[in-house]
Amino acid sequence: VFSIKSYSALNLYSCSLKNEDLKEMLESNKESLKLEAMKRIVGLIAKGKNASELFPAVVKNVASKNIELKKLVYVYLVRYAEEQQDLALLSISTFQRALKDPNQLIRASALRVLSSIRVPIIVPIMMLAIKEAATDLSPYVRKTAAHAIQKLYSLDPEQKEHLIEVIDKLLKDKSTLVAGSVVMAFEEVCPDRIDLIHKNYRKLCNLLVDVEEWGQVVIITMLTRYARTQFLSPWREDALFDENSEKAFYDSDVEKEKADSKPYMMDPDHRLLLRNTKPLLQSRNTAVVMAVAQLYWHLAPKQEVSIVTKSLVRLLRSHREVQYIVLQNIATMSIQRKGMFEPFLKSFYVRSTDATHIKTLKLEILTNLATEANISTILREFQTYVKSQDKQFAATTIQAIGRCATNISEITDTCLNGLVLLLSNRDETVVAECVVVIKKLLQTQPSQHSDIIKHMAKLLDNITVPMARASILWLIGEYCERVPKIAPDVLRKVAKSFTSEEDIVKLQTLNLAAKLYLTNSKQTKLLTQYILNLGKYDQNYDIRDRTRFLRQLIVPNEKSGALSKYAKRILLASKPAPVLESAFKDRDRFQLGTLSHTLNAKASGYLELSDWPTVAPDQSVRNVEVMEPQSLERQPSTRGSDLFAYHLLVLLCSDSDDAKEKKRPKPKLDSVSSHSKASSSSDNTASSGSESEEDTDSDSEPEQKKKKKLSSKPQVRQILSFNCGCKMCLCVTAFQVSSPVFVPPKSHELLHRMSGKGLAVSYHFPRQPCAYSHRMVSVQLTLTNGRDQPLEDICVGEAGPPGIAIHRFATIERLQPEASITVSMGIDFNDSTQAANFQLCTKTDQFSVSIQPAVGELLMPVTMTEQDFLKEQGQLTGMNESSVTITIAPDSMSSQPVGRKVVSVANMGVVPSSQNSIHRFAAKTVSSGSLVLSSVVLQEASTAKLVVNTEKTVLGSVLLRELKTALSQG
Amino acid sequence: MIHSLFLVSTAGHIFLEKHWKSVISRSVCDYLFEAQGKASAPENVPPVIATPHHYLISVYRDRIFFVAVIQTEVPPLFVIEFLHRVAETFQDYFGECSEASIKDNVVIVYELLEEMLDNGFPLATEANILKEMIKPPTILRSVVNTITGGRELRSVFAWSVAQGSGSSNVGGTLPTGQLSNIPWRRTGVKYTNNEAYFDVVEEIDAILDKSGTVVFAEIQGVIDACVKLSGMPDLTLSFVNPRLLDDVSFHPCVRFKRWEAERVLSFIPPDGNFRLMSYHVNAQNLVAIPVYVKQNVSFFETGSSGRLDITVGPKQTMGKTIEDVVITVHMPKVVLNANLTTNQGTSTYDPVTKVLVWDIGKLNQQKVPNLKGSLSLQSGAPRPDENPTLNIDLRIQQLAISGLKVNRLNMFGEKYKPFKGVKYVTKAGKFQVRT
Repeated sequence: VFSIKSYSALNLYSCSLKNEDLKEMLESNKESLKLEAMKRIVGLIAKGKNASELFPAVVKNVASKNIELKKLVYVYLVRYAEEQQDLALLSISTFQRALKDPNQLIRASALRVLSSIRVPIIVPIMMLAIKEAATDLSPYVRKTAAHAIQKLYSLDPEQKEHLIEVIDKLLKDKSTLVAGSVVMAFEEVCPDRIDLIHKNYRKLCNLLVDVEEWGQVVIITMLTRYARTQFLSPWREDALFDENSEKAFYDSDVEKEKADSKPYMMDPDHRLLLRNTKPLLQSRNTAVVMAVAQLYWHLAPKQEVSIVTKSLVRLLRSHREVQYIVLQNIATMSIQRKGMFEPFLKSFYVRSTDATHIKTLKLEILTNLATEANISTILREFQTYVKSQDKQFAATTIQAIGRCATNISEITDTCLNGLVLLLSNRDETVVAECVVVIKKLLQTQPSQHSDIIKHMAKLLDNITVPMARASILWLIGEYCERVPKIAPDVLRKVAKSFTSEEDIVKLQTLNLAAKLYLTNSKQTKLLTQYILNLGKYDQNYDIRDRTRFLRQLIVPNEKSGALSKYAKRILLASKPAPVLESAFKDRDRFQLGTLSHTLNAKASGYLELSDWPTVAPDQSVRNVEVMEPQSLERQPSTRGSDLFAYHLLVLLCSDSDDAKEKKRPKPKLDSVSSHSKASSSSDNTASSGSESEEDTDSDSEPEQKKKKKLSSKPQVRQILSFNCGCKMCLCVTAFQVSSPVFVPPKSHELLHRMSGKGLAVSYHFPRQPCAYSHRMVSVQLTLTNGRDQPLEDICVGEAGPPGIAIHRFATIERLQPEASITVSMGIDFNDSTQAANFQLCTKTDQFSVSIQPAVGELLMPVTMTEQDFLKEQGQLTGMNESSVTITIAPDSMSSQPVGRKVVSVANMGVVPSSQNSIHRFAAKTVSSGSLVLSSVVLQEASTAKLVVNTEKTVLGSVLLRELKTALSQG
Repeated sequence: MIHSLFLVSTAGHIFLEKHWKSVISRSVCDYLFEAQGKASAPENVPPVIATPHHYLISVYRDRIFFVAVIQTEVPPLFVIEFLHRVAETFQDYFGECSEASIKDNVVIVYELLEEMLDNGFPLATEANILKEMIKPPTILRSVVNTITGGRELRSVFAWSVAQGSGSSNVGGTLPTGQLSNIPWRRTGVKYTNNEAYFDVVEEIDAILDKSGTVVFAEIQGVIDACVKLSGMPDLTLSFVNPRLLDDVSFHPCVRFKRWEAERVLSFIPPDGNFRLMSYHVNAQNLVAIPVYVKQNVSFFETGSSGRLDITVGPKQTMGKTIEDVVITVHMPKVVLNANLTTNQGTSTYDPVTKVLVWDIGKLNQQKVPNLKGSLSLQSGAPRPDENPTLNIDLRIQQLAISGLKVNRLNMFGEKYKPFKGVKYVTKAGKFQVRT
């Protein structure tokens, strides 16, 4: 008999229960015991203990009602299914059932687990489930589907073609939730299928700000690669200018014309990407900032790259690991572009508390940034580092000094003297490093420095570090003619210790011996022969080989050929000075910010960044031809600040997620429809067939219009195609429809509960572009069942008057008592405030209702500049202008309330104004797209002049009246 | 992306493993141990290690290595940032991120990790969303702080589904934030006292040289917020002198366009504690250094001893008191012991870690704190040739050293009147004095 108490006394982690006990607990009737057992099992898994034995007992609970228990069983299943494939199959049917659950979270987690079970036999089931989920109404489920794609691909790469189809479909998704995940799937499954991106490029750019941060990183990285294949290099610009001027100089008219005809013009799509990623530099997520920085590095015109500097330097305040990666990337950048980081030189000063790898990188960057102007500051800083307690760091600093000295010739002597002083340092690593660096420096200008060489020769007695000893020997050998007295003596000393030296020192001893033999054979002949004999019997191949080679070369005998004549010229040839280079010199062959860049080696799965194309690829591939209906998640051009108002709106409009989902139509999928009976997840969703097709139909008219326009005016095309997905741009004016300014939605009653026999309906105008037709105003109805029985088959019946077109909402099959549902419909009011009358039908009753729109709801806000506004206003005078002077409520005198009041009455966009006392608003009518402009000029003594300009005079005067009432109220 | 996660203690004990794809043997951590063996301190272990078949990307914090195993190319910062988020989530849930608290809450930890990644790709990392799916242990901090008592932190599991009333309304099953475009805020927030507090915390990073001259100084600041407001409040925070701010980064809730145009912070806040923004103060402004330090540390050539004399005093304090002054000195290895006397606070020297800590407390104008005495060195060892740097910690209440001032906080979208508060603190960041 188990009691929970006795278990509770034990720590969950230190599981002292045997598997037998756990099994018994799992098979008991009590949920609490089962749960307790599962927790212990998860504890075992976490510790890495094997719990696979319990599989049969655990898998029985997969269908448990207790959510936590179920969740833990999932954890177990995913961990062990691969090992127990046959038993795992028992659970599959549970997931298949859950995939059809009305709850999106359950559908999603079923798909997550199903796709995580790595059992090859269920591949077809997974494939089906993914295809199904990819068309799910819930973006969350679609996101899960995108993740499942990668899982299935790694389980069975042969499914690639099918999976690409799903990816293609999901790439078209407009939900910000899905975008990051599907791009991730794209990168793993088919990164070479750049063609799938074309049509989605602009959408991805526009969505980017709203995608969750992890998705942003993935999308930015992918778009960087994309851009390098599709756009021309912006870096040619400078070169091109030079070319131009030269040609102008030589004054060949023909050539000049030629050159003028192809100045670099950045593709607007290229610019779009740069513009939309820039705000992300302010992200709190360091990975996002780095991703944008690398994008600018690889894609932006040279003069724009430096905007990323500040943000990168900011990241240096973050965690140690972040610093490490960022510093590495800065190191690579600073080699090519000193100027970018030079103003931030001091940010790279080393602190005694920095980790070793951070210190090294900072040194690297300081060295890269050294110029004649700042070298004295840097050297002063280096002097502090040389004294560091961290001797390894001190040694690295010496190398850095050496590099500065070779790069900037003015300071070579100063550095050399400084280094010589350091030779008397107590620490051997420091001295050894000095020797090595001095050797390199001397090589660049050996003539004046025989003193230093002598000094070094003395050091040989004390120094034990092999590299340093070898360096000294090489130096003396190389410049033996400058120190004729000391050199033979040095040779004598090393000859004595030859057998106990390291290999590297032995090799240099041999070199020294050979060089001295050639220059001063009188004194060193015997010594050399002695050393050569020692070398002949050395244990190391290299040393024996070198000995044999040198002997033949320097000691002439009959066997040695013509070569020995040139021995001196071979051995004592003047050698080029070594170039001290940064370890980050060629790192930029890897895309910055990648793992490969960090490792300086190609990581598996690294995708090469291609070179810029020489000929511009077709730009039109990115034009989106088929206008798709606006989904609720997104609008075009909703960026930055306006966005929020919009989010809020979405949130407020959707009382329940699932209800919101239902009203959206489910697009049909041919490949799935055949299975739809068996596995359709839409059993209880009110699907009204393929709405998307209807949308394309309703769009066909503007579509043709657009095409005509395209053919007649090629210049306009650029602008038009740029505003992809935005139908409004097809209207007469080119002003872009902006997102509405947020105002709390006003709900109006459509049908009272009493007159509707229990059915209560209210409506409001969400001020979103209507998904069904661009001429329609979207209206949201909230239906509530106040009866105690469910209402069935609620739909829209007859509608009138004739001038008004209505897009009906899909029939609601069933509305439970006390439940409410929100549906949206579209009404084309034809720019009049005439009421739309229609009938609401239930299975048993019909109710006549009417919606009378407020004039302000017949508008769509547009953005325009002040100049445009004045220009347009100038054209809409006379009959088209109506104005009135009003007394304004005192609290409306400041700018905010005026804007607020106008916007709450009418769905208009605010036009930036250069004067504080003038407020301008612009919109256009939804149905015909005529411009509606309004301005409020505040005057003295709390009066104001209100002007409305529009072609639609009736609408204008109604609007004027309503604005007047609103503004004069307190 | 992220294949597996191992949590490893400093002692090299792997106390948790989680795999998002097929299982990877824990022996992969041997490469980390190898690197750890080479490094002088855990902080010096390189964050990225390549092994023959995998790549290890690790972060070290709170005496734990968070080791992610990677198989293919991925931006390393992506992984590092995520691992830090994991650590912060643990901190948030259990009050501390430590081996003990993770072991005690292993089930919650596992469930969190399950939600945070799907197939190695981050799924839900916002604290507000996670807390809706997985309830934190109820008697949070108090229990964790006691070492032995009350191990039984029963995770009260409340998936929103379980609470469903059984009506046909299936809404509210997925954390509302997950679907909306404001994933950081949960809906239906209700408080009886509506309050919003903002802490402007500025840190002075500085390096002073031997003579007290400023080698490098800058001010970094953050605004941390604790917002407990009902409903969907839309806040606007404006500054008196926004021009001071040079480089900024924001919580995703801040509307960047408004900032660019008007230099105000406009946002719908997450519920609870969060970092609203971090900023860097314009480098042109001279940084006021609030303290001066006179120091003389010397090691004698003979007699294996040394002398130390440090004096600290207030300098530019804008009339405020400097509190919590602590001076930390990492002594050279040869310093065996220190025999020091002080006229204020306490000083301790740990001969094992070679760290001298002088905890001074408040600085007052009249009596200037001084620490002096002798250092005994290991006999026979050479005299250290560098003097140790002093790291200074301090705190000034009610002062933002840059002069930044919040102008006002407005709320839109809700009707109630919130209680608002702004607090300013200046601290020393990486404040070092070279000697």
